[in-house]
Amino acid sequence: MTTESGVSALPAETPLGDGASLKVRLRRADRRRKLVAFGLVAPLLLFVVVSFAMPIAGMLWRSVEDTEVSGVMPRTIAALKRWDGQGLPADEAFRAAAADLALARAKGTASAAARRLNYDINGFRTIIMNTARKAPEADVADIREVLIGLDKRWGERETWAAIKRASGPLTDFYLLAAVDLQHDATGSIVRSPEDRAIYLDVLGRTFRISLTVTLLCLFLAFPVAYLMSTQPAKIANILMILVLLPFWTSLLVRTAAWVVLLQNEGLVNHLLMWLGVIEAPIRLIYNSIGVHVAMTHVLLPFMILPLYSTMKAIKPHYMRAAVSLGAPPWVAFLRVYLPQCLPGIAAGCLLVFILAIGYYITPALVGGAGDQMLSYFIAFYTTDSVNWGMASALGAVLLATTMILYGVYSRLVGGGAIKMG
Amino acid sequence: MLGGDVLVQFSTVQKSYDGETLVVKNLDLDIHRGEFLTLLGPSGSGKTTTLMMLAGFEVPTYGDIKLHGKAINSLPPHKRNIGMVFQNYALFPHMTVEQNVAFPLEVRKVPKALVAEKVAHALEMVRLAEFGKRRPAQLSGGQQQRVALARALVFDPELVLMDEPLGALDKQLREHMQMEIKHLHERLGITVVYVTHDQSEALTMSDRVAVFHDGVIQQIAPPSVLYEQPKNAFVANFIGENNNLQGEVESIDGDRCTVVLKDGGRILATRVNVYGVEMPTVLSIRPERLFIGDAPEGAVNRLVGTVVETIYLGDHLRVVMEAADQSSLMIKMQARPHSPQPKPGDRIELSFRAEDCFAHAPLKEAK
Repeated sequence: MTTESGVSALPAETPLGDGASLKVRLRRADRRRKLVAFGLVAPLLLFVVVSFAMPIAGMLWRSVEDTEVSGVMPRTIAALKRWDGQGLPADEAFRAAAADLALARAKGTASAAARRLNYDINGFRTIIMNTARKAPEADVADIREVLIGLDKRWGERETWAAIKRASGPLTDFYLLAAVDLQHDATGSIVRSPEDRAIYLDVLGRTFRISLTVTLLCLFLAFPVAYLMSTQPAKIANILMILVLLPFWTSLLVRTAAWVVLLQNEGLVNHLLMWLGVIEAPIRLIYNSIGVHVAMTHVLLPFMILPLYSTMKAIKPHYMRAAVSLGAPPWVAFLRVYLPQCLPGIAAGCLLVFILAIGYYITPALVGGAGDQMLSYFIAFYTTDSVNWGMASALGAVLLATTMILYGVYSRLVGGGAIKMG
Repeated sequence: MLGGDVLVQFSTVQKSYDGETLVVKNLDLDIHRGEFLTLLGPSGSGKTTTLMMLAGFEVPTYGDIKLHGKAINSLPPHKRNIGMVFQNYALFPHMTVEQNVAFPLEVRKVPKALVAEKVAHALEMVRLAEFGKRRPAQLSGGQQQRVALARALVFDPELVLMDEPLGALDKQLREHMQMEIKHLHERLGITVVYVTHDQSEALTMSDRVAVFHDGVIQQIAPPSVLYEQPKNAFVANFIGENNNLQGEVESIDGDRCTVVLKDGGRILATRVNVYGVEMPTVLSIRPERLFIGDAPEGAVNRLVGTVVETIYLGDHLRVVMEAADQSSLMIKMQARPHSPQPKPGDRIELSFRAEDCFAHAPLKEAK
């Protein structure tokens, strides 16, 4: 009994001296380790937040932000708040518009609002700019007639509805436009008119090209990765260098090289003619053939590397075991080898597909007008027409679809199975 | 079990990988139905190559391998119907235990109901019935090896090959699995060809052991014969512990010969493969056949030496001595706690029988 009680007394005497519980002390001991770990990643974390997370957040914000019109025409918007959207707004709104535009003229800010409204209704720019230039007196009784006299479109309900729609501070205008939708005058969501409904098409094309390129890459990379994984180290290293060599070359240089090779008078056409496959040069560039060829080539290493690293880890004795158990080689391949490759296939496809969706330079250089992908339009809105709202909305659509696809994909393959080698 | 009809026959089989050296040289080997044959040898001796040729993963450079009297040189491995257990188990990581065991049946297009029944039976046989739904990675090494066994046996092959199947297990588990495999073999009446470099494993499990060295079978015999009557110096040294004494043959008399040791002592030995007077020879004596103190009956040979070291091992005592030209002659004696032990520095007389001492031709220097 005495020994028993002695034993049970022992844990209490083991140094819990300062009264702190074991959990507290454990936490305290862990804290230093955690601080060190955090300190090690902090610079990178800061860099990622500043250069990656914040721009993305900013971009997403811009796709719903709508302050250009409210900055220029605050009184008009305040007046339109009381408008029910039926018929024309009250005189008060006309008066406010005249006053706002006169002030905007003086400050030189009218064009910002004009541009924003022009996105909604083609020609709105001229309404605003003309009205602002003439700067009508606001304190007149027949302000309604004065404005309509300046531009008869002030007498249309749709004009005022557009201003109300752009009153901000948030809007779904850009996001809807990015998927070919818009609000009509009554506020319900409808399809955009034919001539403006291009983005779903572009999105579809982007996915189609990316999918084809991904499949082409998989088809071409699988045998190469298999060969590399089965060769002795010396030969595998040479193959690896051959794979990586283009990888180390600038994307622009490689694409430019394809421009040269795929010309009507280029090497590929000459070769095909010399082989007698074709009689006259065929068009290989500035169409979808060029886009597919160049993109597949550029993205191939991203498929080979994860496949190779997965295959390298599959020991040959699995195949031997399968064959010794009576499976013909192709059954052994399908049932034993291929399933073990799945993580690599998944990682490679995901990598190539996600990179391909965002491709810009290659299709821009070797594709035709009908082969441009979504990124081209994002670049166009960013740099050419400076419609950042639209650029951001398209970017947000691209981001969202990519995330959804990733979600579906990792659900199908089993999230844990995806690894990048 | 011996004397069953011949299941596998190797005749003058040669194998070369580089076209210059033979890894397996003129191998003639009959494997009898129902026996447990172990191919034993150091690495690079050709034992694994021999097994791989039998499994069909390597093609003989010359010669025939016959299974059921039919040459199988060009028969692909999946048509040989030979079960195989690999050193690293080679369980398919993406399948459950049940799926692994069902694999050989499914590729043979066995009906589904029968598959389930056979898988259950096979798992029960290796006492893993309740582990069917687990993945191989969730099992211990010993359990994985038992699954590999079940998988290699489930399609009722007549011949099962095992390539160092217990190499990755710790000592205790290995010894346990040795017995388990041995009992399975006895119960199922299958033919097993087992490759190992562990001589105690070979002695424990086998009906016959083929000792490989340098691409040649040095001796093929039941374990006791291998141990008691090694055919040459390599087998004597490879199987069990052994003392070597260098000498020269002085005279030959039937299966006995007299050997003069380097220090001038004369030893009467059993002649094994020495054929002429004045030939150099190596005498092999097991440590437990050397006696200290009272000479047993028939122990005609005497050696005098100095004790270098004694090692107490509980059930027995090891005495290291300097005697003849040998600086570390090993003697294994019963530990007798109540009688005086030899101490380092003691001069002691050893005795041994002529039939425990084998005169072998010296080993040729390795290439």
